[in-house]
Amino acid sequence: MTIAKPNSYRSGPDERGHFGIFGGRFVAETLMPLILDLEKAYTAAKADPAFHVEMNGYLKNYVGRPSPLYFAERLTEHLGGAKIYLKREELNHTGSHKVNNVLGQIMLARRMGKKRIIAETGAGQHGVATATLCARFGLECVVYMGAVDVERQQPNVIRMEMLGATVHPVQSGTRTLKDAMNEALRDWVTNVHNTFYCIGTVAGPHPYPTLVRDFQSIIGNETKAQMQEVEGRLPDSLVACIGGGSNAMGLFHPFLDDPSVEIFGVEAAGHGLTQLHAASIAGGRPGVLHGNRTYLLMDADGQIQDAHSISAGLDYPGIGPEHSWLHDVGRVNYLSATDDEALAAFQLLSKLEGIIPALEPAHAIAKVMELAPKRPKDHLMVVNLSGRGDKDVPQVGDILKGKSK
Amino acid sequence: MTTRIDTRFAELKKQGRSAFVTYVMAGDPDPATSLEIVKALPKAGSDVIELGIPFTDPMADGPSIQAAGLRALKAGMTLKKTLDVVRDFRKDDNATPLVLMGYYNPIYIYGVDKFLADAKSSGVDGLIVVDLPPEEDDELCIPALKAGLNFIRLATPTTDDKRLPAVLTNTSGFVYYVSIAGITGAAAADANVVGEAVARIKRHTGLPICVGFGIRTPEAARAIAEKADGSVVGTALVDALKNSLDAEGRATAKTVNAVAELTAALAQGVRAAKQAAG
Ligand SMILES: Cc1ncc(COP(=O)(O)O)c(C=O)c1O
Repeated sequence: MTIAKPNSYRSGPDERGHFGIFGGRFVAETLMPLILDLEKAYTAAKADPAFHVEMNGYLKNYVGRPSPLYFAERLTEHLGGAKIYLKREELNHTGSHKVNNVLGQIMLARRMGKKRIIAETGAGQHGVATATLCARFGLECVVYMGAVDVERQQPNVIRMEMLGATVHPVQSGTRTLKDAMNEALRDWVTNVHNTFYCIGTVAGPHPYPTLVRDFQSIIGNETKAQMQEVEGRLPDSLVACIGGGSNAMGLFHPFLDDPSVEIFGVEAAGHGLTQLHAASIAGGRPGVLHGNRTYLLMDADGQIQDAHSISAGLDYPGIGPEHSWLHDVGRVNYLSATDDEALAAFQLLSKLEGIIPALEPAHAIAKVMELAPKRPKDHLMVVNLSGRGDKDVPQVGDILKGKSK
Repeated sequence: MTTRIDTRFAELKKQGRSAFVTYVMAGDPDPATSLEIVKALPKAGSDVIELGIPFTDPMADGPSIQAAGLRALKAGMTLKKTLDVVRDFRKDDNATPLVLMGYYNPIYIYGVDKFLADAKSSGVDGLIVVDLPPEEDDELCIPALKAGLNFIRLATPTTDDKRLPAVLTNTSGFVYYVSIAGITGAAAADANVVGEAVARIKRHTGLPICVGFGIRTPEAARAIAEKADGSVVGTALVDALKNSLDAEGRATAKTVNAVAELTAALAQGVRAAKQAAG
């Protein structure tokens, strides 16, 4: 689809939460009043300097920001092209970018007087970040996680429980992230009076895609300033993996109106795009699920299809609505990486840089391995290293020993 | 425009009786048995039929209706075949109102205009689409009203007096009051609390108010029938259906009767109610 270029790529959404045809508020009536309250609370918080002062204090001293922008010298040499920088989100407290968003939402929940927090999680990183901040602020925490993911991300399940959260393995549907989100929505409908739903990515009903994007934009804002400091200019390209798309949106959004910056999102191609995968832009079309209209994997009858990715955090049949719009208007290029490509990238980064990435950003690294060699040595490429691989060590260890697939 | 829904509620009002509304999932446990069940409902005392459109991700439904949808999908049910069930049902019954209930995505993918035309010509009277609040009225509600279908909205305990007018604005046919904040199959609300909520909504609209979620027994149906213009039973019927299936989840000789018998018992409960208020 081609759509007239907007004056700015950063002005969305409209007042009803639409990015072009995407986004919106497709939720049960029970939730609607709460979603309107959340929008009001967020608008008020954004305009309140005290909110930002408080956030910034925790971001610095609790999360450990700013995260470094690190020149990956050996990876650069190995690939022989673009100069590669890693945005080190994996060094944040709790080990991924998820904490940036959770901190913001927990601050909002506190302002709204909500005492019970629920979350869905795929890889468990969002669940761990939520459990962590609930522990810090003395809030009850309930996390929904697909039973398949509970199995393949055991270390994170143990962490959440140690932090005092209750983890519910979800047995319905495909027993992965999509079903965890269904179950979290069911809990929310049932407990609206005291419960805040802390969504882990740039999806869900308006205003979630916007507020998660805003909380994650610290990634791109820091990157801009750090690159200016070390190289004295803008980067030439950005690469990030996409599950729902929050680490990607956080990096991309501050650069959307800088036309010289090429932007690449990397979806999970699983076993390959002609087989089971989780690449909703490459293999899906616009539909409505989980509160928003966006690209989805589905059959001819509008039934949602099973996604597959080796990475629990990317194993989702949808994508945030703003990404769908950025795809349609052509501002961001969406690529995909298979399970095998991600595994190879996982090992390469571990051996060359001494950094074990999570399987999710390993997908981004996999595409850097293709893109970087084709670009000149003065090309500055930034990859979002959205999380560390500790949680994946048992799973990848088994796969490499040929024990599981 | 008068639909079968309007006509039916007007008749019941004259009789001084509250409506009994039954929900079953289209295609559960297979398309042919499902048609037989739908045909059996009016004979067993159902005044209005809600027919579920199966969907893989029913966010507002509990385990029973989730499983019913998956059984139907496994048996090859689609939205098109759901409309076929309605068309076949209409061959022998031109009076019982039939409302399709489900989620927006299958309709959106079918194509809104084509869906509305096909629904109307199949004999559908109204739509309940769980994930389309008034904020998204342009999607389906307004086109449905233009196509001559009722658009029945859910009101819930969180819909306060300030919000009710927005919810009621484009609602027609009846208002579906969800008696609890929760999903289908959850615990029932107290009939007196429901009575107060119905009275509150009545201050804003002249439409009939039907109450659903959590009604499972003839006694509960009777208690609600005394407070509202209709009571909706879904999960209990779906459970009765499920309990009649064989080990592989296939229909047995008992399946249609299992649903019909519970429908008849519930209908008696509703008919035993003292005249509904208002
Ligand atoms: C480290 C890491 N990166 C990326 C993701 C994918 O989410 P998103 O696309 O919202 O960044 C996850 C999700 O679990 C994650 O844990």
